[in-house]
Amino acid sequence: MKFSQSPILSQAVPAWRSRLVLLVLLAAFMILVGRSLYLQGFRNDFLKGKGEARYERVLEVSATRGRIADRHGDVLAISTPVKSIWAIPEDARLQPAQIRELAQLLEMNVAELSRKLASDKDFVFIKRQIPPDLAERVAALKLPGIHQQLEYRRYYPAGDLTAHILGFTGVEDAGQEGVELAFNDRLAGKPGSRRVIRDRRGNVVEDVESIREPQDGQDITLALDDKIQYLAYSMLKQAIERHRAKAGGVVVLDAKTGEVLALVNLPTYNPNNRERLIGAQLRNRALTDTFEPGSTMKPFTIALGLEQGKYRYDTPIQTAPGRLTVGNATIHDAHVHGVLTVAQVIQKSSNVGSAKIALSMPAESMWDTFDNLGFGTPLRLGFPGEVGGRLRPWKKWQPIEQATMAYGHGISVTLIQLARAYMVFARDGDLIPLSLTKVDAPPVGGKSVFSAQTAREVRAMLELVVLPGGTAPKAQVAGYRVAGKTGTAHKIEGGGYANKYVASFVGFAPVSDPRLVIAVMVDEPSAGIYYGGDVAAPAFSQVMAGALRTLGVPQDAPLQPISATATPDVKEEM
Amino acid sequence: MMMRRLWFRLADPIDTPLMGIAALLVLIAMLLLGSASPERLPTQCGNVLVALIAMRIAAEVPPQRLMYLAGPIYALGILLLIAVALAGDVSKGARRWLDLGVMRIQPSELMKVAMPLMLAWYFQKRENAIRFADYGVAAALLLLPVVLIAKQPDLGTAILVLAAGFYVIFFAGLSWKLMLGLLIAAAAAAPFAWGHLHDYQRARIITLLNPESDPLGKGFHIIQSTIAIGSGGIFGKGWGQGTQAQLEFIPERHTDFIFAVMSEEFGLFGNLLLLVVYSMLIARGLMIAANAPTLFTRLLAGAVTLIFFTYAFVNMGMVSGILPVVGVPLPFISYGGTALVTLFCGIGILMSIHKNRMLVQK
Repeated sequence: MKFSQSPILSQAVPAWRSRLVLLVLLAAFMILVGRSLYLQGFRNDFLKGKGEARYERVLEVSATRGRIADRHGDVLAISTPVKSIWAIPEDARLQPAQIRELAQLLEMNVAELSRKLASDKDFVFIKRQIPPDLAERVAALKLPGIHQQLEYRRYYPAGDLTAHILGFTGVEDAGQEGVELAFNDRLAGKPGSRRVIRDRRGNVVEDVESIREPQDGQDITLALDDKIQYLAYSMLKQAIERHRAKAGGVVVLDAKTGEVLALVNLPTYNPNNRERLIGAQLRNRALTDTFEPGSTMKPFTIALGLEQGKYRYDTPIQTAPGRLTVGNATIHDAHVHGVLTVAQVIQKSSNVGSAKIALSMPAESMWDTFDNLGFGTPLRLGFPGEVGGRLRPWKKWQPIEQATMAYGHGISVTLIQLARAYMVFARDGDLIPLSLTKVDAPPVGGKSVFSAQTAREVRAMLELVVLPGGTAPKAQVAGYRVAGKTGTAHKIEGGGYANKYVASFVGFAPVSDPRLVIAVMVDEPSAGIYYGGDVAAPAFSQVMAGALRTLGVPQDAPLQPISATATPDVKEEM
Repeated sequence: MMMRRLWFRLADPIDTPLMGIAALLVLIAMLLLGSASPERLPTQCGNVLVALIAMRIAAEVPPQRLMYLAGPIYALGILLLIAVALAGDVSKGARRWLDLGVMRIQPSELMKVAMPLMLAWYFQKRENAIRFADYGVAAALLLLPVVLIAKQPDLGTAILVLAAGFYVIFFAGLSWKLMLGLLIAAAAAAPFAWGHLHDYQRARIITLLNPESDPLGKGFHIIQSTIAIGSGGIFGKGWGQGTQAQLEFIPERHTDFIFAVMSEEFGLFGNLLLLVVYSMLIARGLMIAANAPTLFTRLLAGAVTLIFFTYAFVNMGMVSGILPVVGVPLPFISYGGTALVTLFCGIGILMSIHKNRMLVQK
């Protein structure tokens, strides 16, 4: 008996049922084949492209920002590599112990870290800009879903010392203040790009090719001399502390080249930690704040008088009775000096004498002179917030304005403008542009403002100021002949002159062949003494002495300073 | 001499064609795992060994013995499923595991074997006298575990168990009218069932219809796997060269989505080859069913064979984006021990049926 005819097969599956099953199976597999053919045959190119889009990435390769160095090559700003820690929260399923460990390493709050890891975003920053060694310890934890990326952080080795001149950069590495902003185009490099293959977690698996090499930014060598900068910083700090002043500034210029060798403002800030920064610290006062210069303007008025041939250094001027009425206002001298020579007007700082000289000249010529000296116009060094100060058009001048401007009231300047203007006396009457960067070849002749003859004569008068009988014997420097002028100005508040002062001293040395111009300004000294000769002149002397020594400038005077103690102090007029 | 006799004893119930096909599938599995997740190769070798032992044991059990065991195994399965529902371990939002202290088991897996056993036994009992009411009893026996499993929730396993039972009922002679009626009833119940689906299950169906509706979330699996399959082209990118697989863009690439790895690296030809091997397996299974001596063995062999088919079709269908994503592995190929043991038990049962095809029991 054949097997298929066995009686026990009575309940055999009907043939049509088997055929139906076979048909269904065949149809099902044909659907799969069809789907496969569709995806792999017809949609192959499209899906291949989509696949590549998933793993191929063009990555930006950041360029390193250029370094900023002082004139000797000492680095003042440098970009150091740092790591930022980020996470794919979906992948970062960490044990509580792992979260605690990570939080402790990153000095973060456990709750805060947990919140970040619970985010439903695909990408969160855990902590930005941590040191590489710390990042390595994080990497050693081998936590899933926690990644790192390379970034650069700007570091300023000199800290608050050079804060204002250098400025700083933002998170995206773009200059926001100071040299960082002014020279951003040169400092910032051009980022390159690379084609890479990344896996789903974003890890670079393979570096395919470089599309464009990154171009690092250029290095900038500043004119700044970090030793002189340090000196200026510490002397100004000392003066401000001693006289309990609100603020202050020092500018040191090279009279031969126009280079800015030092620029200090106080208060300042630490550019490496700007978390608790207030506006007052941020202000680059020497460039952005104007003040009424007071008596430091007198030499320009006198120089104009000499230049026009109306006066000689020994032309007598009657300053008695110590006051001068112009219109319905009166100008005062603190002391009655009687007849003074033009040179003595500078030496004793007589307001009446200066005003008389000014009033004897056309307003237009005075305005021209001030304008040529750079007052009223910003210097345009590229810093943000640079201002020009107040210099009203001469046609609108009242006679009293012309008289007060002669001794520095009714006009406002920035400290750097004032320092630069004094270069006409330090040089032979010409003015050269300032430079923040190191100058290789000094400019040949600048814009002539006064004749060499006039400049020399005023220089001689300014030397009298620091000699016995002048207003600032404390500005003397042992071994060098020094010239300069004090300024003590009442501050304007609410439309009138308040009982607050700005003490200043601007001067240069050595007189026989001036090399440095230094301007010192102390805002609101409140320890009882407020004269420029007492507050600003000593700081000037210390900075000048140190700077001349640093630069190795030959001495031009006997070593012993001419004693100032034998003669009574001469206070300038206000 | 001893060794030869031992070998003959061991090989006695082994069906060479079935064994050859299963070996081919395991070989493909190792090849793919070596590309997708080589560090798991040793574990999977162990799994294969355990599965082979299970197969050998199942092959040793004569169908008559299986018949006696059907009732108890089914009852045990139901008890365990109830235990899971009451005191199971929750993992990834589903209650599927039972912790027995020494090991954790997934009772729904047992049901994949117990279900066809039980129903085949039932119809065997009713041989020559199958009435309409018997289909009602069979349906009840089928739906009880299916509902328990679907509630865990584990839609993939529920579908497989349901299919296993359905195949038995179908081969036992379910009438056309009834099937048509069921189909209409199912269509009518669909909106109602939709309301009872879990949110994630509903999302999977929406995603199937329009994967781009949520490309980063629910649609991610399907989009990634279709891209992997499509970028494989006709001949594939070569073993270990599949960028989508190697860069981890294919999710679950060593388990449920290993078919995408296969498609990317071996292309359309690889897929066709795989389908041919599965067809051979099914053909051999159906041949054994056709030659089976009793109703019980015919029904059992047919159901087991069609289960293999269901596994393969549902998995490949979901990976290539024509079926919703349910947790069904690619039979004999996906990484994992439990499914492999179940599948090889099925092979063992087929072998046992084949070996005992000439024996007539009164």
